[in-house]
Formats: sequence, C-alpha cells, structure tokens
Amino acid sequence: MNFDFNEDQRALADTVRRFVAKDYGFERRRAIRDSASGWSRAVWQELAELGVLAVGVGEGHGGLGYGPLETGLVMNAFGAGLLLEPYLAAAVVAPALIRRATSADFQDQWLPRIATGDSIVVFAHQDGRGEAVRAIDGKLSGRKTVVTHADCADLLLVSARAADGGVRLFALAPAAPGVTLRGYPTLDGQRAADLLLDQATATEVGAGDTANNATQAIDAALDIGLAALCAEAIGIMEATVAATVDYLKTRRQFGQPIGRFQALQHRMADMLLHQEQSRSMSYLAAMQCTNPDQKLRQRTLSAAKVTIGQACRFIAQNAVQLHGGMGMTDELILSHWFKRLTAIEMSFGDTDFHLQRFAAQLSREAQAA
Amino acid sequence: MDLDFSPGENAFREEVRQFVNDGLPPHIRHKVMNGIHLDRDDHVLWQRTLHQRGWGGVGWPREFGGPGWTPTELYIFEEECAKGGAPRLISFGLKMIAPVLMVFGSPEQQARYLPKIMSAEEWWCQGYSEPGAGSDLASLKTRAELVKSSAGDHYLVNGQKTWTTLGQYADWIFCLVRTDPEAKPQRGISFLLIDMKSPGVTVRPIITLDGAHEVNEVWLEDVRVPVANRIGEENQGWTYAKFLLGHERTNIAGIGIAKRELARLKRIAAAEGRLDEALFAARVAQLEIDLMALEITNLRVLSAEGAHQAPGPEASILKIKGTEIQQAIAELMMQAVGSAALPVGQTGVGPDYAANLGAGYCNLRKLSIFGGSNEIQKNIISQMIMGL
Repeated sequence: MNFDFNEDQRALADTVRRFVAKDYGFERRRAIRDSASGWSRAVWQELAELGVLAVGVGEGHGGLGYGPLETGLVMNAFGAGLLLEPYLAAAVVAPALIRRATSADFQDQWLPRIATGDSIVVFAHQDGRGEAVRAIDGKLSGRKTVVTHADCADLLLVSARAADGGVRLFALAPAAPGVTLRGYPTLDGQRAADLLLDQATATEVGAGDTANNATQAIDAALDIGLAALCAEAIGIMEATVAATVDYLKTRRQFGQPIGRFQALQHRMADMLLHQEQSRSMSYLAAMQCTNPDQKLRQRTLSAAKVTIGQACRFIAQNAVQLHGGMGMTDELILSHWFKRLTAIEMSFGDTDFHLQRFAAQLSREAQAA
Repeated sequence: MDLDFSPGENAFREEVRQFVNDGLPPHIRHKVMNGIHLDRDDHVLWQRTLHQRGWGGVGWPREFGGPGWTPTELYIFEEECAKGGAPRLISFGLKMIAPVLMVFGSPEQQARYLPKIMSAEEWWCQGYSEPGAGSDLASLKTRAELVKSSAGDHYLVNGQKTWTTLGQYADWIFCLVRTDPEAKPQRGISFLLIDMKSPGVTVRPIITLDGAHEVNEVWLEDVRVPVANRIGEENQGWTYAKFLLGHERTNIAGIGIAKRELARLKRIAAAEGRLDEALFAARVAQLEIDLMALEITNLRVLSAEGAHQAPGPEASILKIKGTEIQQAIAELMMQAVGSAALPVGQTGVGPDYAANLGAGYCNLRKLSIFGGSNEIQKNIISQMIMGL
C-alpha cells in the first residue's frame, strides 16, 4: 500500500500547476469570463500544447493513455485556478464515453482531434423537465438542460430514448437544422446551455453492446467524470483552506491576529477534517471509478460524492464566514472558489441523491443478510 | 498509488482472523459482540491466549519479546481482533508504560516489568489526571519528596489521582508527580512506578452515568516509593509523559471496533425494520460513509508512519473522527430500538439486544473526553498543523 504518486504523475501535476500559476491568473480568468463566449480557445490550444488534453485519450489515438489518477491530478491542479474551459466535459467525459460506446470508425475520427484540441465534443445527457429527448426515425426532439459547455462544442453527443425504450447515443452537429442552443453563464462563472431539439437530424453512434442500450456506457463515463470532479473539488478546498489560514494570521482585531481566537481555530480544524476526509475519498474514487463491478463502483462513488459534497458546503461557507465582509466580495478569488464549490456539490448528483442511493443499497444488503 | 495490502499482509490478516476465530473463548466473544461488560478475568484470559501464541507483546519490537510487527501489521491485527469480537487490549501496560520502559527504563526495570505485562501477571493503571489537572496536565500537584535514608533513598508521595481506568484491578500505577514545586510546571515533574499494594494507596470507585464501575480515584498518603522505581532522571518526567501520550495514539481511530459496531447497528436496525425508513437508513449510510473515509485517512497516516515519517498531529484527525463515529453508532443503535432502550437491568421487556443499548450510549460519551479531549485535539490541529 502506498499513497505516493510516481515521477511522471508528479511531473504532470507540476505542469498544470505551473500553467495555472503563470498563465491562468485571476485577472486573465476574469477577462475570459467577461468575454462574449465566456471561455478561450487560445487557452484550449495552450492546454493542447502542454499535452493535458491527451490525458484521457488512449495511445492508439494519439493520446497519453493515462487513467483516473492522472486525470485527477490534472483536475486537482486546475482546481485553484478555476479553469473556465471545458476540460471535464471535453477532455474527460467525452473521450471516456466515446471509447466505451461508439464504433471504431467514430473513435478513429474524433479521439485524435480531442487529444490535439482541434475538436471539442460535449455529451448532453440531462433531460429538461417533462421534455425528455426522444429519437423517432433518426430525428431527435426534446430538451437537454444545463448541459455544461454545450455552447462551445463542435460536436454534441446526445442520449435519447428510442421507441423500444432503449437509451441510444447520437452525434449531432450544433448547427444542424432543428437544433437551438441557448447558452448562458452559470453560478460558478462557467458556461452551460439548453439544447432544444425539434426533429433534429442526428447520427446514431452507439456500437456493439451499447447500440441498443447505452445506459451502462453512459454510467461508466459519468463515473469517470465524477471521480475527476471530486479531484477538482479537493484542489479548490486546499486553496480555500490555505487562503483562510493566511487570512486568520494576518487579519488583526482586538489587538491580535484573529487566528488566535479558539472559536476560529476550531472552525479551521473542522475545515481541515472535511478536507482530509475528502482527499481520502477522492483517492478511493479515482481507484474505483473504472471498476467493472458496477455495484461496488457506484457505492464507492456515492460515498465519495457525499463526503466531498458535504465538505464543499462546509468549507465554502466557513471560508466566507471567517473572511468576514471581505469574503462577500467579488474582488477576492475566495468568493469564486465558493461558487465553484457550491456548483460542484450540485453536479453529477447532489449529496442527497448519493446519500439516498448509498442508503438504498445498504438497506437492501442489510436486509438480505 | 496502490490502496491494496501486500500479499504478505493479506496472509497475515488471514492468520490473525483464523487465530481469533479458533483461540478466542466463545463467552468472551459473546460479550464483546453484544456490548456486555467484560470482567478482569476476560481480559487476562485473552492476554494470556495471545501470549501463548507469541503475540503477547502487541506492538513491541522483537528485542523485548514482541512480534516485531510493522505499523501496518499492527493495524491489521487490531482490526481483525476487533471484528472477531476480541476484547480491546488493556493499553496501560502494553501500549503506555511498556514503550516508556523500553526507551527510558533501566535494564533492571525492563527485566522486572516487561515480561509480566506480556504474560498478564501484572495489571497496570495510569496516574496522570488529578482533580485539578485534566487537559492542563502539567498543573498536577501530587507531591513526591525525596527522603534520604540508610535503608535506601525513597520518595514520600502525597496527592490524588483520578479517572483511573480499571485501577481496581491494578497491581501497579505509573504516576506523574511533582518533585520540584519551584520550577516551571513542566520542569518539576518526575515519573514514578508505584506498587498499588503500598501502604497509603487507596482506590475509591467512581460510578459513571451508565452505572458502571470503570474509573476510580486513587489517593496517595505518605506512600513510600523506592528511588529505583523512578523512570529516568528526576524532574524530566514531562518528557517521558509526552512520549507515552504519543504511543497512546496508535489505533486511536478504532476502525475495527467501529466496523464491528456498525455491523451490529445494521443487524439491529434490520431486525427493527428501521432500514425501511429512508431517514433512518440515510443516518446509517452517513456513518458508513464517514467510516469509509476515515479508514483511508487512517491508512494514509499509517503509510506515512511506515515510511518513517512521524505520525504527528495528524493522529488528532483520527481521534476526533474515530470517536465521533463510534459515539454516533452507539447513539443510533439506541435510537433504533426506541423506548425498549430505556428500561434498566431488565430482560424480557424488549428484545435481548435492546437491554444494554442505553448504557452503551451513555458509556461512550467518554470517548470524546479521554485521551486528550476532542477540543484539545482541535487545538493541536489548528496550532501544530495549521500554524494558528
């Protein structure tokens, strides 16, 4: 047993950390956030040159063939920088899904372009309320909602229910007739879009086992995304906790640094407990997110998301609280970490969803025993 | 990164599991599995059973007759013992005074005391806390005056120790005493080994909220203690005391115990039909999730320890979370049976498993108080880890 990362892994993490420190400062991020598109293709190309877009693509397709641990290290390092570009959607989830669900031809066509940053592929899965996307005679109708980064995609992968009840996977050009993309910023400064489909022409891309039912492949890809999201959360927690410790050491009231007050010290200790328990679960999530045993995998990932979701809330809220009025300002990056941590808790299933899923499985097993 | 135990460690786990399965007397297992109080003989019998297997010196190096396990093997041993229903090891001899003797004791002291700890011939208790010295241990007042005499120099000890766990069974007590009242609090303390049969030693029970007699007051009135019973140098006792507290923190998270008790909670909750309630099931789920995370956190600390980095203040994280989880399991177990947990000392009112759940819940409130209260642990985290 060991919890160390090897030399290659440390080098990869250092590369991303250096990029964030040098080339993705708070001011550049602010300018990108306030630009019309809300993200930067120039940044995307810089990431391609660093090789990090190739992390989730296999070597046969020009990628690095890394696994969830390396992906986690990249996401962790992006955490503090609050990357606005679609790394999780386009460099983690999309290649994971393409590899598991689509034909060899489709993979040959798209995976190399993902690795080089030439194409951005985004998976649209969450249906609008009462407007689930259906596939009838190869045409898609319905609504996908709050699809992160859908408005910067060159190609959309869309899940849709077919007449026979199976979930199928389709490729869709954003400019195709019948497609309306309504993009907007989200709470955390990132982009998302609603995808309105009215008899949109799309190509079925599911292959092999997933041709008629892509559910398992979709779950598997989203589980890889969830583990990556957990790693990002740890990076933001680390930055948030460290910044709060610094603030407590420098901010003076009543003639002393406020970090001398025990009420605040104990709050910081509680924040550290949340952070370390979360880090542990993030490691476990990375190790288990590709486990073919779906029950075990989902059990672990739900446990991770509960631990991390609760920590996101606790750390974010208390970091703002301990910063006092300054914590409320847009000027400090702290408030932006707060918003991303808030959004992470609500993504890929929130704490309640995962606690209930875990509890349901626990109840079934305890009663069967 | 590799979260798996090595093949050798897995084989060791199997060996321990088998040993506990075959070697643990069934009446002891029954008590542990059902939260029933153990008596002195139960503890002694289990320690002797371990000793016969060559495992009496749990956590000890080979040179002192221990099995020489790595920190990971020790962790596996304690986890399997707990899951198999073995009693918690009585730590005062094995894990507290023994490591102090090994590092700071004279060869004569080592030869005199260590073998009888391993064989359970002598029971030790801890004389640290006093009525006026709890978290602020260095303010202790028990006085030891050096008396020169032709019959051999000795200390005359006067004072009171308290919260002395299982002191009613003890043959020996290791005591922090003040030998220099003029020096700064930490500087004037010495570390003495006192025979509980000495004239002037009186043990008085303290009955705790669960009705149990687990802790005691120990009164020391003109107790004569030979100078040969002092550990190390006079007035250097605080150094040895802190060293001991560091060792007290091994297995502090109690992962094995928590796993065993969580399994009991699930059995009781299932029998009571409580797992059909989404809210109750979610509370159980939350504990299982917290425990999963703590197990990995514990293994991370262990892994750093194995690489010869000091365990350090991270152990405080394990203490806080581990005790919170154990307390919450006991609380939920009591909740699971509802009012059937309220009758005291009755059988046949509710199901058998409900009879001692109220007392069990009450008893475990101690966990967040002893071994450095959880508030002291938070001081350590914020000051030692975070530099506040």
